[in-house]
Amino acid sequence: MSKLQDFMGWIDDRLPVTVTFEKHMSKYYAPKNFNFWYFFGVFSMLMLANQILTGVWLTMSYTPTAEQAFASVEYIMRDVEMGWLIRYLHSTGATFFFLVVYMHMFRGLMYGSYQKPRELIWIFGMAIYLMLMAEAFMGYVLPWGQMSYWGAQVILSIFGALPVIGPDLVEWVRGDFLLSGITLNRFFALHVIALPLVIVALVILHILALHEVGSNNPDGVDIKKYKDEEGRPLDGVPFHPYYTVHDMVGIVVFLFVFCFVLFFFPEGNGYMLEHANFEEANGLKTPEHIAPVWYFGAFYTILRAITFDIGPINSQLGGVIAMGGAIAILFALPWLDRSPVKSWRYKGWISRINLVVFAIFFVLLTWLGTKPASGLYQILGQIGTLIYFAWFITLPYISANEKTKPVPERV
Amino acid sequence: MKKLIAIMFAIMPAFAFAAGGGVPLDDMKVDLEDSASMQRGAKYFANYCMGCHSTKFARYNRVARDLGISEELMEENLMFAETRIGNLMEIAMRPEDSKKWFGATPPDLTLVARVRGADWLYTYLRSFYADPSRPYGVNNAVFKDVGMPHVLEGLQGKQVKGTAPVVVGFDPLTGQELSEDKDGVLFLEKEGELNAKEFDKAVADLTNFLVYMAEPMALERQNIGFWVLLFLAIFFIPVYYLNREFWRDIH
Repeated sequence: MSKLQDFMGWIDDRLPVTVTFEKHMSKYYAPKNFNFWYFFGVFSMLMLANQILTGVWLTMSYTPTAEQAFASVEYIMRDVEMGWLIRYLHSTGATFFFLVVYMHMFRGLMYGSYQKPRELIWIFGMAIYLMLMAEAFMGYVLPWGQMSYWGAQVILSIFGALPVIGPDLVEWVRGDFLLSGITLNRFFALHVIALPLVIVALVILHILALHEVGSNNPDGVDIKKYKDEEGRPLDGVPFHPYYTVHDMVGIVVFLFVFCFVLFFFPEGNGYMLEHANFEEANGLKTPEHIAPVWYFGAFYTILRAITFDIGPINSQLGGVIAMGGAIAILFALPWLDRSPVKSWRYKGWISRINLVVFAIFFVLLTWLGTKPASGLYQILGQIGTLIYFAWFITLPYISANEKTKPVPERV
Repeated sequence: MKKLIAIMFAIMPAFAFAAGGGVPLDDMKVDLEDSASMQRGAKYFANYCMGCHSTKFARYNRVARDLGISEELMEENLMFAETRIGNLMEIAMRPEDSKKWFGATPPDLTLVARVRGADWLYTYLRSFYADPSRPYGVNNAVFKDVGMPHVLEGLQGKQVKGTAPVVVGFDPLTGQELSEDKDGVLFLEKEGELNAKEFDKAVADLTNFLVYMAEPMALERQNIGFWVLLFLAIFFIPVYYLNREFWRDIH
């Protein structure tokens, strides 16, 4: 035992291992009233680790060329020992990553976790989300199936709608006059090196910023107000061991659901691995219905909702602006919410109903993204888009003016 | 014969719609544990499909092992000379030639069951009908103007599209079938080597084989999945009590 202590002392004199562990784990005080919704941050970390680990093993057998990519994925599925498991862990992991990130974000909306002093945490989180979308998009191109190809075609054409620079920009991104092996190869580079590095860096910043100001909680109460004589928050518990054992319970339940889908529904009924993507990319054969993977659904619907020209802005550019705006406005959330209270538990009933409506329509928009944009779907998509933006636009007025309930002093 | 069409349509409530086409599909029960069925399917595939269609992502020895076919039997019956047991199941026909002959290169079928689904394949292969306006004299009710000839015609016989009685329900009192004449119904004009029931069985075997082909590890996946879930369920117990122990004093 003393040998071990000597060793740790030797290390600590040279590297702040113990201090760092205490700062972020054993002496990091988290509110003791975390509920179900507070599991999703750690689930996101788990999925990030899953994606990186399985991704490394996939690259060992994957070939990033237009000629070989599709065949190499099938090689992984058939000839590589347990290759199918690695691939399904990665493909199912992508879906669950987005699922838990969406839940994590919704938690932030409910309990006002983006409000002062946590604006930067929200900004870093949104940056992670943005990078994650780019990462997922490029990853989906890699198997080089029909949906990989045509999905990329659609997404890249979004850049083409930008005035003046559009067409040149698309060509620059593609690296070719049409979507080709060159595009595939650079997407591979970005997917496995550049973006993961950025995402991991942002996750570290996200957590450092969080640990600087401390975690919010379902009541939106500041636990640092009341401390004992040693300066420990009365309503907090050390993250380790209390929340490490607590999160373990959540992780086991989460893994159960994750593995159930992975082992029994790896295609997710065509929402996770689209049926058409089991056909090799063919630039001469356009699929009759191009749908993005489910997690892009909401923004894809918003892109397609603008079917009319607005003055000098044609419908295509209008769609791009709407979609870009839908993502950009999320960044501004900490300054749009002017409520004196954080948690929706103490906000007025208009705020609460609005958030529920917003969430329902976000789910609806997501679902519509996988459907053709015609008839009733088109109209619903436009109504959903309107409600999406209306929530943000009305937020400053409603949050500043509505009557709130008194927030308790203690948890 | 007419009765068979009737039965075919009687099970129609359990149909699904093909994407875009809107043709009702017949329900096909896939059974990946039925090796005999998949072996027969492999035999039909080698005899009727592999002339034009490759399954180039799969290997002969893996298929032999998974379906319980000995390597010798595989080499004798399912492989062309000069092919080795560890090879990918490619074909000799060159894509440029087949494009000229059929108007389109016959697609690789390794993953076709994951693209189209079992019900589609099962219905498609049974839906060829005589149509003199087409180059090969046949058309398909599921895949209109398909470039593929009816390779299973020898087995199925000649199917035509026309007016025939279709069961529309059952008499609530007597339980007797009620049928009505309907247009655009496929029915056999001349039986082939197999009778209609046997032919459906053969196509089901072939479909079963293609479903296996598209995801050869499907059974292994479910099997491992069961043990993983069992482990997690058991692991939950100590984790749950550990957590409860730690939080006992926190109020």
